[in-house]
Amino acid sequence: MAQFRSKEKKEPPAISTQSLPDIIFMLIFFFMVSTTIRENTLLIKKPQLPKATEYVKLEKKSVVSSIYISAPSIPLQKIYGTQPVIQLNESIEDISKIAQFIETERGSMPANDRSQLTVSLKVDSKAKMGIVTDVKMELRKANALKISYAVIPKH
Amino acid sequence: MKIPLFKSKNMGKKKVPEINGSSMADISFMLLIFFLTATTMETDKGLFRMLPPYQDPSKQQEDVKVLDKDLFVVLVNKDDKLMVEKKPMHSRELRKTLKDFLMNMNNDLEDKQYPGYTEENIPGIGRVKVTKAIVSIQNDRGTSYQKFIEIQNEIVGAYNEVKDYYSLKYFKRNFNDLKESQQDLIKQIIPQKISEAEPKNIGGK
Repeated sequence: MAQFRSKEKKEPPAISTQSLPDIIFMLIFFFMVSTTIRENTLLIKKPQLPKATEYVKLEKKSVVSSIYISAPSIPLQKIYGTQPVIQLNESIEDISKIAQFIETERGSMPANDRSQLTVSLKVDSKAKMGIVTDVKMELRKANALKISYAVIPKH
Repeated sequence: MKIPLFKSKNMGKKKVPEINGSSMADISFMLLIFFLTATTMETDKGLFRMLPPYQDPSKQQEDVKVLDKDLFVVLVNKDDKLMVEKKPMHSRELRKTLKDFLMNMNNDLEDKQYPGYTEENIPGIGRVKVTKAIVSIQNDRGTSYQKFIEIQNEIVGAYNEVKDYYSLKYFKRNFNDLKESQQDLIKQIIPQKISEAEPKNIGGK
């Protein structure tokens, strides 16, 4: 009995944190596998994508290029106004630059993927069709015919 | 006198001190936070569409003859109002109307309501009627993108419902559960032809 009592008086043993690094590493691997490196910092307001139910997923990330259309962010509205503008890569560009943009995107792809180039149009739902149509026309001229209207899934 | 084996074991332990692993958690946390901030989860989801190749307007193009009855015309004006087959309509009814249009075929030229068909031999299924229907969306420059996508969604939805109908009929399964080769066969029965016409600038911006 005496032996038991003396044990009870002892401090509870510290919780072992030996497995903590392993757990965190597991989390890291999860994030490394399931995410991709963020591509662009947006100079425009984050486009509020329209909702749709009949979407398909674009599985192959490497063949997808994005064109953003939305109103400029508030600090840039002095320069570009409040109407929706086009962002290619890291800058707000004129619509005539799209052909050049497609060319560089094609150039950065492996040769056998080039025909699969898909342009994802990330357009704010408040934008008008006028600018979208102009972009589509430019894409046709640049022979980038596969497009996808980016949407948010709705259930 | 001590046992030599016991002694050597004790000495070996003293020589190699344990590496302190407590900072490992901090290092891996740092890495974790890096990946959390520098990456995004989102995969692109969207409505996939093929654009027609660009045609030089200066060159004369041979117009492809399409019968009026094969066309399912959807007009959207700048106030986001819909006109389907010359009748005003709410976008809720679009899916049902288009499904009806895609499921019914009639080669009678007098019948203006439903599209014509061609009979084709599809391996594994046999001779089936393939609709000639083409959906044409015409929008104004002032149409909102929101409405445009809503209409696109309804149209793709109608096509998907018809695909499901044929999949259940021929393979007793939903379209998404079919094998890729079977999906291709269904796609041959119900080809998805959607044309996005150049917008007319009637209402201004």
